[in-house]
Amino acid sequence: MPSLPFIPVFLWTDILIYLLLGVVTYSVLYIRNHAHLKAPWKLVIKRKRGVISIMVLMCYVFVGLLDSVHFRLTIDDQQKSEQQHYETQVTSVLDLAIMPLREQVEKTYSAPFATRSFSREMQKDVSSELSYVYPKLHYGGAHLESEKEKLQDILSTIIISSIKALITWLLLSALLINYLAKRYQNSWFKQYKDILIGSARYPFRTVLLMLGIILLTVFNVAALSVDYHVLGTDKVGQDVLYQSLKSIRTGLVIGTLTTLVMLPLAISMGIAAGYFRGWIDDVIQYVYTTLNSIPGVLLIAAAVLMLQVYMNNHPENFVTITERADMRLLFLCIILGVTSWTGLCRILRGETLKLRESEYVLASRALGASSLSILHRHILPNLMHIVMISVVLDFSGLVLAEAVLSYVGVGVDPSMISWGNMINSARLEMARDPVVWWSLTAAFFFMFLLVLAANLFADVVRDAFDPKGHKQND
Amino acid sequence: MTELLKVTGLSTHIGSEKKPLKPVDNVSFCIEKGKTFALLGESGCGKSLTALSLLRLNPQPVSRVVAGAVELAGEDLLALSESDMEHIRGRRIAMIFQEPQSSLNPVLTVGQQIGESLQWHFKMRGKALHNRIINLLSSVGIPDPHQRFKDYPHQLSGGMKQRIMIAIALAGEPELLIADEPTTALDVTIQAQILDLLKEIQRETQMAILLISHDLAVVAQMADDVAVMYAGQIVEIAPREQFFKQVKHPYSKKLFESLPTAQKRQHRLTVIKGNVPALDKVFNGCRFVERCEFALPHCSTVVPGWHKDDEQSVRCHLLEPGQNSIVKVNSQKLMASLFKEISVTEKPVLILDKLRVHFPIRKGLFQRIVGHVKAVDDVSLVLRPSETLALVGESGCGKTTVGKAILQLVPITDGSVKYKEIVLNELSAKQLKLGRKGLQIVFQDPYSSMNPRMTISQVIEEAMISGMDSNNAVMRAEKVNSLMERVGLDAKQKHRYPHEFSGGQRQRICIARALAAEPNVIICDEPTSALDVSVQAQILNLLRELQKELKLTYLFITHNIAVVDYLAHSVAVMYLGRIVEQGLREEVLQSPQHPYTQALLGAVPQLDNNKSKQVIRLEGELPSPATPPKGCHFHQRCPKVMPQCLENYPEQTQITDSHQVRCFLY
Repeated sequence: MPSLPFIPVFLWTDILIYLLLGVVTYSVLYIRNHAHLKAPWKLVIKRKRGVISIMVLMCYVFVGLLDSVHFRLTIDDQQKSEQQHYETQVTSVLDLAIMPLREQVEKTYSAPFATRSFSREMQKDVSSELSYVYPKLHYGGAHLESEKEKLQDILSTIIISSIKALITWLLLSALLINYLAKRYQNSWFKQYKDILIGSARYPFRTVLLMLGIILLTVFNVAALSVDYHVLGTDKVGQDVLYQSLKSIRTGLVIGTLTTLVMLPLAISMGIAAGYFRGWIDDVIQYVYTTLNSIPGVLLIAAAVLMLQVYMNNHPENFVTITERADMRLLFLCIILGVTSWTGLCRILRGETLKLRESEYVLASRALGASSLSILHRHILPNLMHIVMISVVLDFSGLVLAEAVLSYVGVGVDPSMISWGNMINSARLEMARDPVVWWSLTAAFFFMFLLVLAANLFADVVRDAFDPKGHKQND
Repeated sequence: MTELLKVTGLSTHIGSEKKPLKPVDNVSFCIEKGKTFALLGESGCGKSLTALSLLRLNPQPVSRVVAGAVELAGEDLLALSESDMEHIRGRRIAMIFQEPQSSLNPVLTVGQQIGESLQWHFKMRGKALHNRIINLLSSVGIPDPHQRFKDYPHQLSGGMKQRIMIAIALAGEPELLIADEPTTALDVTIQAQILDLLKEIQRETQMAILLISHDLAVVAQMADDVAVMYAGQIVEIAPREQFFKQVKHPYSKKLFESLPTAQKRQHRLTVIKGNVPALDKVFNGCRFVERCEFALPHCSTVVPGWHKDDEQSVRCHLLEPGQNSIVKVNSQKLMASLFKEISVTEKPVLILDKLRVHFPIRKGLFQRIVGHVKAVDDVSLVLRPSETLALVGESGCGKTTVGKAILQLVPITDGSVKYKEIVLNELSAKQLKLGRKGLQIVFQDPYSSMNPRMTISQVIEEAMISGMDSNNAVMRAEKVNSLMERVGLDAKQKHRYPHEFSGGQRQRICIARALAAEPNVIICDEPTSALDVSVQAQILNLLRELQKELKLTYLFITHNIAVVDYLAHSVAVMYLGRIVEQGLREEVLQSPQHPYTQALLGAVPQLDNNKSKQVIRLEGELPSPATPPKGCHFHQRCPKVMPQCLENYPEQTQITDSHQVRCFLY
């Protein structure tokens, strides 16, 4: 039986991410066919801030998705035994794509673009004399003849990859303009002029500029990271850039899956309380007021610690470390979701209270519609803009919450790479002299960029979906 | 005559520089001292923005005054600095708005809000300030000013709030008061009080008033000079007498013709075809040309100039010398399309018997019931097939609740609603679905009565899906098409969303939705009160056509007496949850018996106020239905109150076979 060179591994969070991806794709297709749903999104992508933040977010999502396709590779068995053996380590597509980063592990700390280690070591040199020196790195700048060439080498790499990026950018721009010219039946030159002076219907100029920036960054970093540790290495010599990239998936999972847990609770409870009133309303209100008065961190800490005990007692349930860490991540999402649905629920309840008295609901009742069909046809669609706004706003908060929780020690599994864990380990690094600054800075920068993009996006989305803001635009 | 305010060539634009909307385009008029100047026009024609531009209060930065001059006693307001303007606004020109609810600050007391203006303009402090505020409060007719001084706006009723707004405006002792639809949000009896108050103040202080209104009757009562605005321009200016004697511009003429009155009962109301043109285009000719029946060939190519005749100026080509078409205008007075009076059969279709709807007032931790709002209290009505019964009353008297109670949209406390021998309030939820299919409702606000996220065809189809009578999609689509055409809409537009339609079109869609359930009875809850007169005429025509064609019965809930006079067969007058008088239209409207009916009819402003009959002006306002007064509910405001009125509620008295009244006078 010819067997595959790998077996796919479906982690729980992977499955949920695929599910989410499916839901998003379906909604996009659905929205495309409904003019009133499409209109606010058109407003979003007409704003410069909107397209910029979408493009940044897309980069993150792309990396996150690559990192969500998991498998275990076969071990190259020399003996050709009957049974296939697979590595115990779970690998993702991202790992394969950035294999050098993953495998070029140094001994310990090294600064960005360094060629020598950060700490001194006793070493025997050629004449077997012991000396206390900064040893040369195994990979960082190892291809250089002499360390003096470093600057020149970096510069030439930058120039070459920038040229490559530029060519790619020009090609892509030409393709885009060509496509647009066909679509709007313009001449090629007119379309080019429209974009250049910014009079096109959508901010294509911004899109192209942003595309250029992204291409430049990606090409340069990719080229440089082959020979150097662009963001340095950490305590065990692992590349910080690799860690930062791997952290993206953790952050996205926390930010999105939590809402997946939270939304059904918030929507069903909020609508039920607002629409049915009476004792249902009382019960739901009591539940969320009670839940709200328990400090969230306490609840999360308790739940995570309990889970940890369970996992320690039942190691047989988890084949690999990754699966174990993933379980904890999922659980964290659930706990965060359970503690954070109350805010949205409260808003939805209030809005439903208002909507149930609206005349179209009354008219529908007079026509003999059942409660279920009123909820489904009239109430829910008119709440979706609030859900949309709050999901986007919550996202950045959740990404930051992960960092804080991991720092406190009740976040994701210590074996899982995340920004929170990177910051946590930076506690010791900051105490060193000279300071090891790059790990913290990298985590901070990656997180900052994501949260900033998400916040800008949320801002634009709120402007577009808020019925009050809308009227001003008309 | 001394000119107080002179506006010349005022233009205000909204939006981008390249393609602006021009809601105020080259508007000129002048207001004399101590006179009332009325700006008349339908919604969206730029009246309010004109007024705001005078004070430079037009919304910034979306709009800007681009041309013109506003001279207040010779001083150009548009040239003043912002800090100089602060001493004009409130001091020399004051303004009151349509919605007293939202123009008072809810967290400040009434006294503080009036004092604000006095402190700023006159630097008044302490005792003097306090005395002046009390003074102002009593001058606008607020009883017990010392007490009201400390009240917050929510403790006052709508009419009181408007009085407070007037007091604030008067605080600066202005030379000009701009009143932007000051009574539109108020009931007729309160409207009459406020209009009287404004007139009285004007007599005392010689203040000029710029009155903005869409209501011809209000203008007829108040104004000395009238200007009609259309699509951002003034099309006709005339002194009141002349204006109401003979309007000259075709648009003004149409406005008069589309007013419903008893005399037009046999006729279709005149409607103005088409819509107000978009204000962002460049007009090459007359703005009204597309909707004008008398348009001449050059109307669409040459911008009409002013034609002065006596003191009446009209912007119309028809009045050019050599055009004797003005005669034509007069001869084509009413488009004759007769309505047959519908004969009402005897067997009732809907009977309300001693209907009561009480809403519990809950208080405290355990939500104990501490009282009831008696929204509807012992109402009995009978509707016969093909009849229009008008339910008339002030806001808050419970007429809308009656409508909802008939459809079982609010829980009924006592009594019964009997539709075709079935008592609706005894049915289970499942039976009710079928039981009330023959009853439908059309709401007041066409903007909020449709789900903004459903297409028109979905809106109309909803009735068929929930009725489950035709599961065939093709049949449903055909029915939607025929319904849309029936109510006068293009069936091709059925895949659009509600926001793409105008108010009148939306109300048509709401009617189509009600018709989809194939009802016998339609409850019309103020279906035209949110619409302009010309659009109201279209809807009223449609309702009458449908009644004739489908033998519909209407329960027409309204406060507009003119509409009742035009449409109704019988009338019931409601006061504080009870019906005080009911009977045939002629009986109730021509010879009202109950003092409340008399007062209500007397308060309705009339177009020809020459025959100034002695009318009863009601004092005070509707009491709270949570604590209705003992005895006759009306005794606190009744001019003919007798001792027994304070003790007992009067029994029903038959005046004629069809005319009943509840009053001790009979």
